[in-house]
Amino acid sequence: MPLDPAPAIFRAVVSTIVPEAGELDANGWQDLLGVIEALLRDRPESLKRQLRMFLGAIQWLPVIRYGRPFTRLNAAARTRVLTHLQNDRIQKVRVGFWGLRTLVLAGYYGRPTWRTSAALEFHDAS
Amino acid sequence: MTRPNLTYDIVIVGSGAGGGTVAQELSPLCNQGLRIAVLEKGPRFRDDEFTGRELEMAGALYEDGGGFLTTDGAMTIAFGCVYGGSTVVYTGTSMLPPERVIRRWDVPGLTHADLESRARKFMDENNAHLLDDDVINQNNKLFVEGCRKLHYEVKQFPVNIKGCHGSGLCNLGCPNQAKQGTDRVQLPRAERNGVEVITRCQVLTIGEKTLAVRVAAKPAGAKGDPSPWEPGDYRIDAKIIVLCAGAINTPALLLRSGMGRNLPRLGHGFTTHPAFIMVGEHPRPIVNSVGHPKSYYVDQFTEAEHFVLETCMYFPFITAKSLAGFGAPHSAFMRAFPRLQMILVLACDEADDFNRVAIDKAGRAAVHYHFQDVAIRGLIRGAIAAAKILFAAGAVRVHMPVARDTTIEAGDATRLEEIAATAEFQPGKVPVSAAHPQGGCGMGTNPGDSVTDSYGRVHGLPWLFVADASLFPNSLEINPYVTIMALAGRVAQRIREEVSALL
Repeated sequence: MPLDPAPAIFRAVVSTIVPEAGELDANGWQDLLGVIEALLRDRPESLKRQLRMFLGAIQWLPVIRYGRPFTRLNAAARTRVLTHLQNDRIQKVRVGFWGLRTLVLAGYYGRPTWRTSAALEFHDAS
Repeated sequence: MTRPNLTYDIVIVGSGAGGGTVAQELSPLCNQGLRIAVLEKGPRFRDDEFTGRELEMAGALYEDGGGFLTTDGAMTIAFGCVYGGSTVVYTGTSMLPPERVIRRWDVPGLTHADLESRARKFMDENNAHLLDDDVINQNNKLFVEGCRKLHYEVKQFPVNIKGCHGSGLCNLGCPNQAKQGTDRVQLPRAERNGVEVITRCQVLTIGEKTLAVRVAAKPAGAKGDPSPWEPGDYRIDAKIIVLCAGAINTPALLLRSGMGRNLPRLGHGFTTHPAFIMVGEHPRPIVNSVGHPKSYYVDQFTEAEHFVLETCMYFPFITAKSLAGFGAPHSAFMRAFPRLQMILVLACDEADDFNRVAIDKAGRAAVHYHFQDVAIRGLIRGAIAAAKILFAAGAVRVHMPVARDTTIEAGDATRLEEIAATAEFQPGKVPVSAAHPQGGCGMGTNPGDSVTDSYGRVHGLPWLFVADASLFPNSLEINPYVTIMALAGRVAQRIREEVSALL
């Protein structure tokens, strides 16, 4: 899994970006990870490394302000941390968060089961 | 498989609106014994492989899955990489080139009348027409309703469709083969006349009447036919080469081939219509995800405010990615998906000294792009106009990516100008994407002002032509595929006229 060894951090980030993801059962979570894994499969190793580093920064930067890592923050504090990254004055930080957010959204909303749960009508062959 | 004879009279690189057109227009030459090949980097799909599944088809049909990033990572550019190029993944909107734009391009020898007559020929060939009212869905009708209440001049797109089932899946490749792209019309005709199409074939570099190409194997489990050629590297000799790899890959190929030394404008003049979506939530479900997604537009603000509004409807992931922010406000709009009305805001950017196509250390295309003030203003003004339309159509709340608080309730509809005054556009925060890359090999008169002449011939290289959107000297300000076909038809005509001398 490209996100190893950061699955707990990633799960906390996912649930902050898409709050409903916290309600996914084990199968739903596996589907989400499967989508992300497929998207990352052919991407350069450097990108995967950057992703892991970004997740590491998300986990440990809050220690400075909150005295504890991201995974031990409550939902409101986690939202504040990610909002700070999204609005950061350094464009590279904003772009990094945008990339992570895109991956998370692909994982959650790219699952065929999401369409069913949202009662969407699409005339595809699925 | 037999190893092919690697000498051709004419090689066309790319099979989209430009390459497909050139292939068709030159194909009668096969009857005179000429050998013509189209080299396409992407695969060819069987009809039953167009499943409409979002991530599966995006990964199969688009370069980088539709997520090709500018070098600063602040914008994605979507373009096709498949037999038929981007004509497989557009919505079929068929627009004549605007006279004022062609006049402003000011390319000696290129007239609007000539382009228009060529464009009309291809529109007829591709069955471009206005859809009947009874097949237009609610998402589009609400746009018309909102525009009329505001006295905006709403116009209907001609679309190149035949036998539409209303799947709403145009951007994932029509699963019903209704869209008349080059994969359906021009390329099959060219092949019947004797043109060879070699898929999964990437051109690495070009030299003096030669091409170095790499044919890729079909990956295990992947969609699409294998290439008709065995995987490996080849050298192809060709007396005439026509580049139609699109506004990103054509300049990149020329740069990779060392041609930037004599062509200082190569890669410059890049524009792309940066865009984002505006979403309005209605109190009741509307028909949005089925039916043709893009039937109407408003272009009355193009000259004064630099934006165009178009109806659109995207799939769940693309919609989620295109909404700004995250967390509860973002999820609320996504949960309301069956009640969403969407409008695409496109800014009319302009050719400048910075925005350009280059190559990275590995020779891959790299797009350097900054958001010009004119484009940012266009996006913000376009967002305000779109919000007015959404509220006029009955939306109870609107998502505006550039507003400080991205959710605007109907009660605040009268404060839109005030909201615009405090709007902020931070690259990397506002989700901007584009699907109309243009320029990079602009037409003109000499290497000091351009890369090609008005017939797409590269300055100083009589055997080398360009016939795609990279020829545009500046933004077209509308959906470009018909204009690309018109220019490609013009390039092909010049090649036919001079073929004896060139061979």
